[in-house]
Amino acid sequence: MDWNLIIQVSFESIIGSTAIIYALAAIGLNVHFGYTGLLNFGQSAFLGVAAYGLAMSVTTFGLPFWVGIGVGLLGAVVLALLLGVPTLRLRADYLAIVTIAAAEIIRLLFRSVSLSEWTGGSDGLQRFSDDFYAMNPYSQGIKILPLIDMDSRDLWVLTVGWILVALACLIVWLLMRSPWGRVLKAIREDEDAVRSLGKNVFSYKIQALILGGVLGSLGGFMFALSRAAVQPDTYGTELTFFAYTILILGGAARVFGPVVGAVIFWFLIVFIDALLIELIKVGAIPTAIMDPNQAGSVRYILVGVGLMCLLIFRPQGIFGDKKEVMLDAR
Amino acid sequence: MFTALLGALFFALGVNATSAYAAEGEGLQGALSSGNQPVAGVKINATQNGQPVGSVVSGADGKWTLSVPPGKYEVVLDESTLPENVGLQGAAGPTRSLEVFEGAMRNVLYPLGPVGAGAPPPESEPTMLDRLPNLVYTGVHIGLILALGALGVSLIFGTMGLTNFAHGELITFGALAAFVFNSTIGLPLWLALVLAVVAGGGFGWLQDRFFWGWLRKRRTGLVGMMIVSIGLAMVLRYVFLFQFRGDTRQYADYAAQAGVEIGPLLIAPKNLIMDAVAILVLVAVSFALLKTRLGKATRAVSTNPSLAAASGIDVDKIIRLIWTIGGALAALSGVMLGMFQGVNFQMGFQMLLLVFAAVTLGGLGTAFGALLGSMVVGVVTQVSTLWVPTELKNVSALAALIIILLIRPQGILGRRERIG
Amino acid sequence: MPAETLPSLADVPREPGAKKPDAILVADGVVRRFGGLTAVNVNHVEIPRGRITALIGPNGAGKTTFFNLLTGFDKPDEGTWTFNGKTLGGVPAHKVARLGMVRTFQLTKALNRLTVMDNMLLGATGQKGENFFRALIPATWRAQEREITERAEELLVRFKLDAKRNDFAGSLSGGQRKLLEMARALMVRPDMVMLDEPMAGVNPALTQSLLGHVKALREDGMTVLFVEHDMDMVRDISDWVIVMGQGSVLAEGTPDEVMADPRVIDAYLGAHHDDEPSEEPPAPVAAAADAPETAAEKPAGEEKA
Repeated sequence: MDWNLIIQVSFESIIGSTAIIYALAAIGLNVHFGYTGLLNFGQSAFLGVAAYGLAMSVTTFGLPFWVGIGVGLLGAVVLALLLGVPTLRLRADYLAIVTIAAAEIIRLLFRSVSLSEWTGGSDGLQRFSDDFYAMNPYSQGIKILPLIDMDSRDLWVLTVGWILVALACLIVWLLMRSPWGRVLKAIREDEDAVRSLGKNVFSYKIQALILGGVLGSLGGFMFALSRAAVQPDTYGTELTFFAYTILILGGAARVFGPVVGAVIFWFLIVFIDALLIELIKVGAIPTAIMDPNQAGSVRYILVGVGLMCLLIFRPQGIFGDKKEVMLDAR
Repeated sequence: MFTALLGALFFALGVNATSAYAAEGEGLQGALSSGNQPVAGVKINATQNGQPVGSVVSGADGKWTLSVPPGKYEVVLDESTLPENVGLQGAAGPTRSLEVFEGAMRNVLYPLGPVGAGAPPPESEPTMLDRLPNLVYTGVHIGLILALGALGVSLIFGTMGLTNFAHGELITFGALAAFVFNSTIGLPLWLALVLAVVAGGGFGWLQDRFFWGWLRKRRTGLVGMMIVSIGLAMVLRYVFLFQFRGDTRQYADYAAQAGVEIGPLLIAPKNLIMDAVAILVLVAVSFALLKTRLGKATRAVSTNPSLAAASGIDVDKIIRLIWTIGGALAALSGVMLGMFQGVNFQMGFQMLLLVFAAVTLGGLGTAFGALLGSMVVGVVTQVSTLWVPTELKNVSALAALIIILLIRPQGILGRRERIG
Repeated sequence: MPAETLPSLADVPREPGAKKPDAILVADGVVRRFGGLTAVNVNHVEIPRGRITALIGPNGAGKTTFFNLLTGFDKPDEGTWTFNGKTLGGVPAHKVARLGMVRTFQLTKALNRLTVMDNMLLGATGQKGENFFRALIPATWRAQEREITERAEELLVRFKLDAKRNDFAGSLSGGQRKLLEMARALMVRPDMVMLDEPMAGVNPALTQSLLGHVKALREDGMTVLFVEHDMDMVRDISDWVIVMGQGSVLAEGTPDEVMADPRVIDAYLGAHHDDEPSEEPPAPVAAAADAPETAAEKPAGEEKA
């Protein structure tokens, strides 16, 4: 058993880029679902549009890096409008189905052969992150064994990523204690009541959808930049469902819920995965029961079981206040 | 090390889920096929700076994978190992220069096609009019498969308000159960089908008896239950993957049945028989919903559960019955789908969105809307391939969903709701 | 404006669609159909300013639907109506509220996971901090928030909810929620308050205090239109009663006159006879029984027999 390796990957998952990406995705979902009660099942599309907006601008059209970022952000806003305008007047279930459908449409378009001239098809795109890494101020990595061993690129990604997470949390915190946030929370409880008090519910829902989408799109940028590549299939529905699990794990409608959730989620996933693979390697788990490929599906099974148990036994998240959830009339 | 391992983990996570390849780590991969037939035994060599780094031979399914560390590579397909009547198409030739990035498999595309004496003479491109009847038929066939799933989704939504994201796994369950009965145990396919439908009904019953019924008693909210169903879907899907692996497999019988010509149509008889079965079942269930006492009770529960309960209907019993019927219908749908396109662990999940589109199109919770919506989705997906590439046919269906919701928000047969 | 200085309703003719001396709300030809069913078909109706007007009628008479139409929560197939002289047809619900016509709901819509105080603060209109960009800079909305909080505090004291200000609204009793909903509506500073069954599901101990609050709205110069089944309450507080049946206005008048009107009795008892017993809530039955003896004894089946 290589315990050092298990400890290292597990520790690195706590601060790693994957936790950052999912924290940002879940912070966006928190604005949608946690605060406004919008069932957005297409968060992956917001990350995908941002990532591809950046990658296509730079790689396909040769535009500067910052223009790519602008295109990605604009893409997220436009997507929010496209999804929101037709559905936000309808029942909540419709938004759920339309968002998940739209996310699939977008993924299928990204991986389509007919558009591969621009999107790179199922291979995706690379070579758009040079400008990002050129801004890297670190000249060397960091190595504190057995906890951490990363190069200067990783360090730069993590620095930018955690700054973005902190910024996103700050924005959510500021907004949710303002009258604007009060309207969102009221819409989550009962939108007809809010309408009867003279608030333009539709407009607030659109604003919430855009804000959550843009926060999620930051996760898309980090996804693309940390991997130095975009691939269509990484923006599938699983990404959205993982983000929901993270949000509920950390506690919906809490500013730091998504961050705490993402860290715990990825620690558990990576730890269990590394442990299983090591156990198989040293023969503690016979390959007749499980081989390394099957170990890959175990993590999904665990996520699913975890999501169900959370919803059933602790819908307020692991740190949440049970009282508040009991009032939920939905 | 960090990024490499995490990247590998991440790759497996992101790509296993949705792509047919189940490889881990970095490397090169591809799938060779000519026409619709996999091409096996073709040698592919990879070199880096002129140094050979590895070679691989494509498998029976035409797929090949070569694990290599990140870096720039030259990949060469050894044309001498190609079958006699198959050759490389296009001007790109056998050599590809590309880069493998950290944590990602790189796909290498080699378009192959028939050449030489063995190849059939190039036919003139069939016209739109020639293709239309066959596309419409396939659309109806897929529409029927969808309808079997959509009816269950719609009934469950109608009676307990749940948008069941785990319904796709009921479809997969039926297909896999039939596969076990047929290919593993060796029963004839028709018997396997019957057993799979019974098993599917039982699975639905069990789910409600021990899980959903329990959640209803705990008064779990509807949004909560919807997310629980997402969790359940994930668990089931990956239990299927764990047990059955990622390959797409065919039933032992009728796997490649030749089509027969019926007027302008070319149809495999197995599909026609399945169509008849599906129509019979759908008509029977619809008739039961309209005419029998239980059917009326079901509709009463969909309209107003508390009123139904007050007038002496056992709502829990009705919902359990709905789950049983829904499970059985989904299993039939799964077997039909399996006969049409093969069996794999995520076939139901891939259908689920189309099923949802069908149900939403018809109007959430209206059983007949679900049937109508299924036909629309089935035919639109197929006929749209006249204009859009086949790989994007599902895009047309989902886009049609969004457009129809724009025009008629409550769906084709849905009603607007009263406020206050 | 105290009620005494308002133009008297004594001279208003007792007929459906009667002209009022000073009408705040005038509706003309409002029709709403659901499929084949015409739920609302109101030719002409006027609501007098500064008065408490009751809208009564048997179940399914179209009262709530009419409410929904007037307040922009539903769209009519035909018809126009004006409020304070402004045409409201096609105006969305939130704009109707901003124009000064605020409604409550039959099933109380307290915002459960917001505190009582947040419920109240939400009601205030024209808040600077409800703009996305200003919300990010607390300095731009702090002062206004303080003002609104003071006003909310006063209302909470008046409605005896001040002790609960930091509790979640979901933890209140049914009657307290009704009070909160009414107080919250007042935060909008409306000219007209529309109450949909304010007494439904309220424990009798709270009824008197709720009645007092409704009367107080009139003292403050507001117009009240309310839907109610409890005839005692209607008689107790309303200045004018409009009776609806099968979607249209059947009769108008003072409470006592209307309750003696045979057409009204017929509408109630007739509806009672037509309906399944299990669907009929007890309120209209009780109301009919409360009606003057002579009328109640008059066999309602006469027409049918």
